[in-house]
Amino acid sequence: MSVTTELPKNYVNEETTLRSWLLTTDHKRIALLYLGSITFFFFIGGAAAALMRYNLLTPSGALVSREMYSRLFTMHGIIMVWFFLVPAAPTTLGNFILPLMIGARDLAFPRINLISWYLFISGGICALIALFYGGLDTGWTFYTPLSSNYAKGFVDLAAFGIILVGYSSIATGLNFIVTIHRLRAPGMTWYRMPVFCWSLYSTSVLNVLATPVLTMAMLLMGLERIFRIGVFDPSLGGDPVLFQHLFWFYSHPAVYIMILPGFGIVSEIIPVFARKKLFGYHFVVWSSIAIAVISFFVWAHHMFVAGISIFSAIIFSLLSYIIAVPSAIKVFNWTATLHKGFISFKAPMLYALGFVGLFTTGGVSGLFVAALGADVYLHDTYFVVAHFHFIMVGGMVTAFFGGLHYWWPKITGRMYHEIFGQLAALLIFVGFNITFWPQYLLGYFGMPRRYATYDPQYQVLNVMSTAGASILAVAYLMPLFYLTWSLFYGERAPNNPWYATGLEWRTHSPPRVQNFTETPTVTEGPYEYPPPDEVQHER
Amino acid sequence: MSGEAEVQFQYTDAADERQTSLAGMWLFLASEMLFFGGLFLLWLFYRVLFPEGFAEATAHTELALGTANTLILLTSSAIYASGIPAARLGRNRVVMVTGAITMVLGVTFMVLKFYEWYKDFEDGMIPGPDFALHGPQAGGAQLFWEFYYIGTVLHMIHLAIGIGLVGWIVWKSRRNVVTHVHSTPVEVVGLYWSFVDMVWMILYALIYLGPRSGA
Repeated sequence: MSVTTELPKNYVNEETTLRSWLLTTDHKRIALLYLGSITFFFFIGGAAAALMRYNLLTPSGALVSREMYSRLFTMHGIIMVWFFLVPAAPTTLGNFILPLMIGARDLAFPRINLISWYLFISGGICALIALFYGGLDTGWTFYTPLSSNYAKGFVDLAAFGIILVGYSSIATGLNFIVTIHRLRAPGMTWYRMPVFCWSLYSTSVLNVLATPVLTMAMLLMGLERIFRIGVFDPSLGGDPVLFQHLFWFYSHPAVYIMILPGFGIVSEIIPVFARKKLFGYHFVVWSSIAIAVISFFVWAHHMFVAGISIFSAIIFSLLSYIIAVPSAIKVFNWTATLHKGFISFKAPMLYALGFVGLFTTGGVSGLFVAALGADVYLHDTYFVVAHFHFIMVGGMVTAFFGGLHYWWPKITGRMYHEIFGQLAALLIFVGFNITFWPQYLLGYFGMPRRYATYDPQYQVLNVMSTAGASILAVAYLMPLFYLTWSLFYGERAPNNPWYATGLEWRTHSPPRVQNFTETPTVTEGPYEYPPPDEVQHER
Repeated sequence: MSGEAEVQFQYTDAADERQTSLAGMWLFLASEMLFFGGLFLLWLFYRVLFPEGFAEATAHTELALGTANTLILLTSSAIYASGIPAARLGRNRVVMVTGAITMVLGVTFMVLKFYEWYKDFEDGMIPGPDFALHGPQAGGAQLFWEFYYIGTVLHMIHLAIGIGLVGWIVWKSRRNVVTHVHSTPVEVVGLYWSFVDMVWMILYALIYLGPRSGA
């Protein structure tokens, strides 16, 4: 087929002016605006990580000063958490796919959706200005009194950016919740909704209810810096630990804000490439809800050594164990779905399988640090760094890439290059493990996090970790090129390249402006494999 | 602004649009509750930690002004709410009048509040080196006044936004675009206005109704 074939009108070629993009209220276009923005931030945050890993090649620091190193890990954390991990899956894949999945013609509030992107961009500009004028050195956690009384640099500006991006999350979350309640197509009952919708729903509840508390924490911290009030200042009667309580009341649920959409994506991919109904749909759905609820009651497990009472520490430790249960339920269900499946190892599936392995490893190491006694030893070591990178990067980023490949044909109307896709997925898996397994060991051997220099005995493992990070960097850059290439030269995608169930595959690739020519009616559950209209296809 | 009275394409009908908009505002208010919740939690924490300091500070607040403002705000909510049944019937004049009275009461609240802040300043209730209260309880009292200013300023910002929104409703009803199909904005703004009201109720209790030492 020639590339110049006239395409029917779709959301991309309906209008082509810059204005039509910047003022669009189409959820699909806003998803692409977000995709561009978060990709940009991903590579900025990644560059900071690369510089840190390079610096850690030698015990005395190969590249930057200690001050600079602190600024690097702070920017890495802030950018990656608030400008990539939290928004990535909901605002791009969620924004694009959610209305399609439930048979809606857009989100409930299209203009609020656009406003949320502008809030995101404004927050991003604040963070970038703070970054390029020298950054800040508080760590992404902004702990008081370091942030309020001692830190120099652009703490206020970065905090303001985070507040803005928080409102962007709230707007998106609110939009998703209302959309799921109100705009489902006829016959799309709650239990016929794909798991991705359920996970976005749980994520959104957390976004709407947890983010405002972070806003308040950042606001009080900023006021403390500007007006020297004493809310967190011990010399004025305040209590710095209160900041940690408010901060983690958001930031622990935020961990689930980041990972829940990943659960949803993987739950979509595995049934398609195992040609099997998702095992235990209700359990997968309700475990997402359970995670969302319990995640509000575990925040203080970040504060075991911050001087909280032993009694509350024990409670929070127990609750942290409990939250591992729903996550484990999901892993069992994915594995059971694979069992006796007709598995094909297309790129999305490779990412999904990588996710299951890495997430499980990260989750189990989470139990180590949830254990009160072990955490006193492991707190603030590289063990913790390895733990949450397994969840966030090995888990979330891998799932995000899986989802991006899976829905790429729907989003762009083009197929990506399969071999490159598979190669990148494998390289990411290998590079990731080489980067972060040594960090578990480093932490276990006692190397503290957030230092620019270290004891020479840790060098071998640090060099290994940096070597892995180089592989990872190449692997993450690969999709940037072959996906971009596919936009222009990729094979035209059929409406349902994976022979998947789900309403998003029943409309055009790429979809039309209002998604469906006729509102679909749903008559069965989301994972009825094999679909009845499945043609005989080779695998 | 053509098509304002039409149902937007993503909804099936006007009732759907109405329910959706109301749900959106309720959720936003839930988010706002958590926002103020963080502040109130800390406020209460310090009140328990420094009971005497907070009591001493409370004694210096303007109870009469605060009470007057509470009555004004409650009245405004009642009046605004009384316009909502009229909005559902498409009676634009009633919506316009109740909205305008609500705005006037909102502005009255602001004027009184600014006067109260002025008096607080006159009394030297400014946390910092020039704080007027001294003695062993000064630290707790300072914290009280810090929360006082943060809470009242945040409330004032919300109130200003509320007055703007009610102004938008008044403008709509002047142009006769509120119909029985298209009365949702009136209700949505009403929800927000009542929320601002309720935040004030909690602030009223926290500021003026603490243990008033010496009173």
